[in-house]
Amino acid sequence: MTNKWFRAVGLSVIVAASLWVPQALADELRIGFLAPATGSLAQIATDMTNGFRMYLDDHKGDFHGAKITFIVGDTEAKPAVAVLQAEKLIKQNHVNMLIGGVLASTGYALAPVSTREKTVYISSIPASDNLTQRDADKYPYFVRTGWTSSQPSHPFGEWACKHGYKKVVTIAADYAFGYEVVGGFQKTFEACGGKIIQKMWPPINTVDYSPYISSIKADADTVFILPVGAGTLQLPQQLMEAGIIPKMHLIGCGTSFDEFILPHMGDEVIGAISPLQWSAALQTPKAVAFVKEYRAKFGKVPSYFSESNYTTAMIIDAVMQETHGKWPGGEQFIKLLTALKVEAPRGPISFDDMRNPVQNIYIRQVEKKQMDGYPNAELWNVVIQTYPQVSQFWTFNEAEYLKEPSYTRDYPPCKYCE
Amino acid sequence: MKGHRKPLAVLALLFAVAVLTPHTTPFVLLLVTRILILAILAMSLDLLLGFTGIASLGHAAFLGLGAYMTAILAVRYNFGLGWGFPLVILFGSLLGAATAALFGLFALRARGVYFLMITLALSQCVWGLAYRWDSLTGGDNGLNLPGRPVLGVIRLGNDTAFFYLVFACFAVSLLALYLFVQSPFGKSLVGIREHEVRMRILGYNTWLHKYIVFVVSGAFGGLAGVLWAHVSSEVSPDDVTLATSVDVLLMVVLGGPGTLFGGVVGAAIVVFLREYLSTLVPWWQYVLGGAYVLAILYLPDGVLSIFRQRPPPLAAGPVSAEALTPSPGPGDELKINQGGIE
Repeated sequence: MTNKWFRAVGLSVIVAASLWVPQALADELRIGFLAPATGSLAQIATDMTNGFRMYLDDHKGDFHGAKITFIVGDTEAKPAVAVLQAEKLIKQNHVNMLIGGVLASTGYALAPVSTREKTVYISSIPASDNLTQRDADKYPYFVRTGWTSSQPSHPFGEWACKHGYKKVVTIAADYAFGYEVVGGFQKTFEACGGKIIQKMWPPINTVDYSPYISSIKADADTVFILPVGAGTLQLPQQLMEAGIIPKMHLIGCGTSFDEFILPHMGDEVIGAISPLQWSAALQTPKAVAFVKEYRAKFGKVPSYFSESNYTTAMIIDAVMQETHGKWPGGEQFIKLLTALKVEAPRGPISFDDMRNPVQNIYIRQVEKKQMDGYPNAELWNVVIQTYPQVSQFWTFNEAEYLKEPSYTRDYPPCKYCE
Repeated sequence: MKGHRKPLAVLALLFAVAVLTPHTTPFVLLLVTRILILAILAMSLDLLLGFTGIASLGHAAFLGLGAYMTAILAVRYNFGLGWGFPLVILFGSLLGAATAALFGLFALRARGVYFLMITLALSQCVWGLAYRWDSLTGGDNGLNLPGRPVLGVIRLGNDTAFFYLVFACFAVSLLALYLFVQSPFGKSLVGIREHEVRMRILGYNTWLHKYIVFVVSGAFGGLAGVLWAHVSSEVSPDDVTLATSVDVLLMVVLGGPGTLFGGVVGAAIVVFLREYLSTLVPWWQYVLGGAYVLAILYLPDGVLSIFRQRPPPLAAGPVSAEALTPSPGPGDELKINQGGIE
């Protein structure tokens, strides 16, 4: 009996000890950072955190008087986990804002949390179109420092059509991000006279693409790829093994050849063209300096995931400059943030009235060469054309665009598929 | 130990939880709410695993169905956000039961590891539906609920109010399941667990008994799902994955299968270790892993066995129906005799 009670008491001591709550310091800015630190997107999480940390370290954790407390939560790339982590950061760690997430589904899950908890959520990566489009009113505490999925696709569709690409087959990850990237491309590409003749949707984390590759239509001249997760390296390799490269042109979403994975890729991606708001090969002084510092610090070329979060830190710092380091409250913070114009490594950024960045979109081609005085020939996303100050609505009429259905698996319909 | 002590201890514990939780931090309140919901699911699984002796890897399906039904009604039909909510709870349970009735027809033809595989496959079908039926379920994006229900002056958007709703559902489930397993029917399940052939020889339609318990289990799974949809206001295919089923199984095993309340303890341990400890230390996964290993090595009958004395020897006269813990061991044969068979 005594033994039993002894154990019971021990158990309750452990429970009581675990209820200890860390105290919040006064006069500080608490930032909750959500990244998928475990799982197939772990490399991306590292890039994101490093980008943000670099800006923090450069400024010694002090944004114009606000002392930054930086707390990372692991989303495991699952929306449900992200929601709980967000609630934890808000309720337990009392953060002033949330930043991060990767997958579109995580963005869709976190936006309502920001509304419910009246806490600012800065989406540095999740690009789900509707959060700053058709649903923007529902999420007043939501602001984006990254991009919408279809933002680079719109200019790219036009570019591809003008540069003689005619019949395109798409292989894109089977979720919102894939639909929106492909949908945006299809819209402008077909409006200009191009044809999407086949759309394939392998699941996220597909590793073996051979069944999809073997069914690529022979009369296509271009393959558009968007793998997500584990198979990002495999898809171009398998395309090469199957002889699709170099028979057809290789194009894709910017993330398919992003610097988080580019150093690990082989010669099969040389010549691949993709659009994004960032390239580590950008030749502006800011970009070159950013790449240099990041490389020296982390031994790796910064990806768009790094740049986007570095820039996010920079933007928060800019807001804090206006408030002299005082937290202005969520609503005021959003107001101040969206009125900013900043010079980021990626180029000039301003915000539209739906809280999404207006920014340059770069059409980039993968080349193997020496750049910026680095010793070896490496793969770089060399910028071949710049579309300056692209909004998420491209050249469309905003009101009409918003009346159209969102891009999905079946929209826009594939008119030229058989 | 006297038979009535354990229900009393459980009652006292529940009372303490109900009174104290709202006075802790908001995050602890949220975690306890989640624990209670998962506890309903774990108890429903315990009916199968602990009492009937059939392990299912498909319990996420019932949770998912209840959750998706709630979300779809709320998002697509704007139903269940007011006084319709009690109906949603009812529908959720019925949907869970109906699905279990369907799944049971396939799954209960097998036993052991084959039953495990079939339940896994069936729950993957539900996952597939959630992931692929875009127009209804929102696919990979999932569904965001517009908010928690408002019942007159009671706004469940308030975390404390929602906690009490969940607590009430939990308490009713615990009581119902307790009465269920204490009934002669419940005893017949233990008989099936211990020796199904003998039960059949004694004239029991064991298939029907298992089928009924499977349906009951599904109903409570569906109920947990309805609450689950509202706790995070978000439903996604992740809720229906194998990982969820395994989690629930772990909770039951960790807490103590065949004890009903073990599932509650297991849910509390898993959720607190995972969600709370992770806020304090970065190496929480090792603690969780260590806890699993230690529990299996030293408490193979679950954490609740700390409070249990050695099973009484067979000759010790009439065995009191050990309230919440019909322990596997020599005592069982006697209990069966007391309960179902005669």
